[in-house]
Amino acid sequence: MDSILQGLGQAFWLIITFDPDLYEIIAMSLRVSLSAVLVASAIGLPLGAWLAVNRFRWRRTTIAVLNALMGLPPVVVGLFVYLLLSRSGPFGVLGLLFTPSAMIIAQVIIITPLIASISHQAIRDLWAEYHDLLISMNATRGQRIRALLWDGRRALLTATLAGFGRAIGEVGAIMIVGGSIEHSTRVLTTAIALETSKGNLEFALGLGVVLIALAVAVNMTIHGLSGTERAPAW
Amino acid sequence: MKRSYSLLRAFAAFLSLVLALSAAPARAEVMRMAVTTSFENSGLADVLLPAIREDTGIEVQLVVVGTGQALRLGAAGDVDAVLVHARAAEEEFLAAGHGTHRREIMYNDFVLIGPQDDPAGIAGAESAAEALKRIAAAQALFVSRGDDSGTHKKELSLWSAAGIDPAGGWYRPIGAGMGAALNTASAMNAYVMSDRASWLNFGNKSDLALLFAGDPALFNQYAYIPVNPALHPHVRADLALRLEEWLVGARAKELINGYRVNGESLFVFNAVSK
Repeated sequence: MDSILQGLGQAFWLIITFDPDLYEIIAMSLRVSLSAVLVASAIGLPLGAWLAVNRFRWRRTTIAVLNALMGLPPVVVGLFVYLLLSRSGPFGVLGLLFTPSAMIIAQVIIITPLIASISHQAIRDLWAEYHDLLISMNATRGQRIRALLWDGRRALLTATLAGFGRAIGEVGAIMIVGGSIEHSTRVLTTAIALETSKGNLEFALGLGVVLIALAVAVNMTIHGLSGTERAPAW
Repeated sequence: MKRSYSLLRAFAAFLSLVLALSAAPARAEVMRMAVTTSFENSGLADVLLPAIREDTGIEVQLVVVGTGQALRLGAAGDVDAVLVHARAAEEEFLAAGHGTHRREIMYNDFVLIGPQDDPAGIAGAESAAEALKRIAAAQALFVSRGDDSGTHKKELSLWSAAGIDPAGGWYRPIGAGMGAALNTASAMNAYVMSDRASWLNFGNKSDLALLFAGDPALFNQYAYIPVNPALHPHVRADLALRLEEWLVGARAKELINGYRVNGESLFVFNAVSK
């Protein structure tokens, strides 16, 4: 119990003293995870909508695979991306290993299935409701997808935030492809793993509290900007 | 045809988005070095890296992994140099042509850590092998790294010197780094072998204490190996050589020999200048 209280104290101290190393790590965490969410949403949201409005032969299988991929073990993704980006791998010439780009690529692979699955689920329900209307208006496939994405935006926001949650708390993949290099690719989760391995458990817990606070702050900001959870806009 | 074209366009957009989001200000003199967890956990890197930057202008980025993985990264050309401590594995690495040469930099030693009350009575042992025999005889809990690291390889060589094939419920290989092994030993109140630097810097000692040290068999040599630019033309061989010159020089000697934790010196500089 003492250690936990000390951890909370450490977190508070770190934040109010504006420790520059901490802010550098926070900035890197945000940069990697938000970029990954942006890219994964750009792929996952239209993919989810497309799966909802189209009927094709392997649709069930595709959806089942997508759902299964939500449980991808990050370490395996990390290993896979490492082998691709390693100098001895097919994309080695790009020199992306141990850079923030490598971390973003790994996180995109981890969270795209999550965002696509959740948005598919939401859009499918909406599609059932809109089906007759959109068909009778003779809307093209692209128009249908755009209309569904826009009207389902609140549910899609949840999908995006779920993706962000998985990205910001992820450690296995970015440890392998990012290397947790100080002042370069170290993020909050890999810093926590490092401090734990040094036996600085209170400090590690303090960083954990900072991580949770950061996730809450990002979620509240996004909800605030998008105006959800307010009385007129249930 | 049209579909494949739009797919291609989408992929190009994805790539440029990733690149735009991750564009960092370019820095000229950056090299990567894979180092072992025991080196990083000792805290010596925090002293050496700023001095290296000051004297040579090189920013050394450390990728901290076990010796086995460090050599893998070197063999794949993913780092420019490695600093490791496992003689046999280093020789193999050189024999395969992955490195240009091996330069000894410094050494420290391994120590045996265990519960303060020392149920196996290893504190009075004559040698490291004798101490391990006593642990096996008492069936006292022993945490092993089990991760193919330099420390793990050393531990296995000591068991075989003691003529024991460690197995059974008391022997617990955890497949993790030095810090995780110390944390586990601390939680189970078990014996564990650590390098001295990691132990002195470890913050979660609880009931553990240093019980045995000093056997020459516990000697731990660190060596620097630049990755072979003939195999990997992109490695910064020029920077790796400049770093080597610094590591065997007077400033490095002073910093390495002078590095202390709780008043104890951790490393002994033993590089020979050519």
